[in-house]
Amino acid sequence: MSHNPHQSAIEKLATGIGGFDLIANGGVPEGRTTLVSGTAGSAKTVFAAQFLAEGIRKHNEHGVFVTFEEPPSDIRRNMGSLGWDISTWEKEGRWVFVDASPQPGEEVMFAGSYDLGALLARIESAVRRIGARRLSMDSLGAIFTQFADGAVVRRELFRVASALKRMGVTAVMTGERTQEYGDIARYGVEEFVADNVIILRNVLEDEKRRRTIEILKFRGTSHQKGEFPFTIMSGEGMVVIPLSAIELKQRSSDIRVTSGNVELDHMCGGGFFRDSILLVSGATGTGKTLMTTEFMAGGVRRGERCLLFAFEESREQLFRNATGWGVDFEQMEHDGLLRVVCEYPETAGLEDHLIAMKKIITDFRPNRVAVDSLSALERVSTIRGFREFVISLTSFIKHQEIAGMFTATTPSLMGGESVTETHISTLTDSIILLRYVEMYGEMRRGLTVLKMRGSMHDKDIREFTIDNRGMHIGRPFRQVTGILSGNPIHITPGEIDRLSGLFGDDGNAGQG
Amino acid sequence: MTSKFVLKLYVTGQTPRTERAIQNLRRICEQSLGSQYQLFVIDVLEQPHLAEQERILATPTLIKELPLPVRRIIGDLSDTLKVLQGLDLPIPRTGGTQE
Repeated sequence: MSHNPHQSAIEKLATGIGGFDLIANGGVPEGRTTLVSGTAGSAKTVFAAQFLAEGIRKHNEHGVFVTFEEPPSDIRRNMGSLGWDISTWEKEGRWVFVDASPQPGEEVMFAGSYDLGALLARIESAVRRIGARRLSMDSLGAIFTQFADGAVVRRELFRVASALKRMGVTAVMTGERTQEYGDIARYGVEEFVADNVIILRNVLEDEKRRRTIEILKFRGTSHQKGEFPFTIMSGEGMVVIPLSAIELKQRSSDIRVTSGNVELDHMCGGGFFRDSILLVSGATGTGKTLMTTEFMAGGVRRGERCLLFAFEESREQLFRNATGWGVDFEQMEHDGLLRVVCEYPETAGLEDHLIAMKKIITDFRPNRVAVDSLSALERVSTIRGFREFVISLTSFIKHQEIAGMFTATTPSLMGGESVTETHISTLTDSIILLRYVEMYGEMRRGLTVLKMRGSMHDKDIREFTIDNRGMHIGRPFRQVTGILSGNPIHITPGEIDRLSGLFGDDGNAGQG
Repeated sequence: MTSKFVLKLYVTGQTPRTERAIQNLRRICEQSLGSQYQLFVIDVLEQPHLAEQERILATPTLIKELPLPVRRIIGDLSDTLKVLQGLDLPIPRTGGTQE
C-alpha cells in the first residue's frame, strides 16, 4: 500500500474506463491526484463514480467516494441507472461514502479560524477501514460554496492531496469550469493538483451535442494529446473512443479475399486485401448497394461470416433487391453466415452508433463488414465527429482482420466528389468509383478502381451492366474522356493513340 | 437561563487552535451560563466515526444540541459576539457586567 513519494518513475493505474486507458497510455498516474474539470453536465460525476466502479469490478480495488455536492442517496440512484449497484458494494465493504454534502435547514455560523481537519480525519479513516486504493472527490466547487474562506479550503485540499499521496491512494477530484474553452477550473483549484489535469467537454457544434475528453497534462508521464469523443451508455457508463491510439497497432496482410465479382477481382489484381477498407463512391442508383450485396454474397459462398449495416434501406427492400440480383439473403441469414442490421441513422448519435456497431461486430465475429451508406450517417453528425467515427470504425475493423466495404453517395449524378469521400478517402485503402456515363443519348454505367493501396490494379474506366444475376463488368470506355469530372467528351480513336503514345506503356502500380 | 445547555466541541488533536477554542468556549460559558452547561470535547482523530455521524468537515466545530434549535458554530470561537449570537445568549453591555 505505501509508496515512496520521492520515487522517480511514475506508474500508471489502469482505470478500467472503456477506451480511457488507451488515450492515457495505461491509466492515471498511480498514487497521485488527477483533476477532472468540466462544465455543468459534462459527466464529471460519472467519471468520478466510474473510476471507483471499474476498480471494484475489474481490479478488485476498493474505493472511497467523497461527495461535497449530491447526497449519497442521489448518487446511488443516479449511478444505478448506469448499472452500478453501489449499495451492494457498500455492504461488501468495497465502497464507502464520505458524506460532505450540505445539510439543508441547519444554521451554520463562523466564529474564528478553522481548518478542515475533520474532513481529512474522516477520509483517512475511511481509506484505512476498507483498504481503499482509489478515491474520488466530487466536486471541489461545492466545498468552496460551503466555506467562505477560499484560501483555507485550497490549503486544506492540498493537505488532503498530500495525505492521499502518502497513503498511496490514487485520486480523482472533479472541478467546475464556467466555459468549454477557458480557465482550467474555478477557484484556482488546479494550483494544488495541477500535476494531472483532464478536461471533459460537452460542446454544442452544428446543433449537435458532442462530448469529448482531453488529457491536458500528466506530469512526468506520457498520454495521448487532443480531444477524444466519448459517450455515456447504460450498463457501461462512459466509453471513450480512442482514435489515433488504436490506429498505430494495425497489422496489414497480403491475403486476398474476393469482392464477390470475378471481373472486379481481376481489376483489383486478384481481390481485396483481407484487412483493408474499401470505399465505393457513386451517385444514387449507380450500383453501390449491388456491390455490397455481391461483397456479402461472395463471402458467404466461401463460408465466411458477413455482416451488413444498412442505414438507407429497410430490411424488406434490401432483401427484395438482393433477390432481384440472384442473391438469397434470407437463406444466408438462416444458415447463420450473414447478419443484416438495419437502422435509421437518426435513431442515435454517431458515438452511440459506433459503440453499438462495435458490439455487434464483437458478438458476431464476421470476416467481412459492409456499411451502406456512410453518407447516411454523415447526416447526423458534424464533419469532425464523422471523420472521427470513420477513423475509429476503420481501425477497429482492421484490427480484427476484417475486410470492410463502405459506400458513399455523391450528390450529383454525373461525377464529382461526395462530401463523405472528401473526408475519408485518405483513411480507406482502396476506392472504387461508380459513375453514370452519357453516350449518344443513353445513360451507361462506368466503374474504375481509383486507388488500391499496395497493389497493381486496372486503371481503365470500364462499362458495367446490371441484370438479374448481378453486375457484369465489360470493356473500357475508349472513346470518352472526362467521365470522372462529369463532363464526358467523345474523342476519336486517332486521338487516343496519340495520347497513349505520349506516355508510353503505363505499368506503374497505383498508389492513390 | 432556564434550560441546561448541551454543547459538543469537535477538534483535531492537541493543537494551539484546539486549545484556543476550548479556552474561549469555557470563558464564554462560565461568564454567561455559570454551571448550567455540559461540554463534551471530541477529538475526531481518535473518534472519526463520530465526525462521520455528525458529518463534521471543519474543526473546531461547536454543536449546540440543547436547547433547540441545533446550531453549528465553526472556528476557534475567538469572535465572542458571534458565539453568543450562535448560542442565543444575551450580549453583555459595555463594561462587562453580567445579569
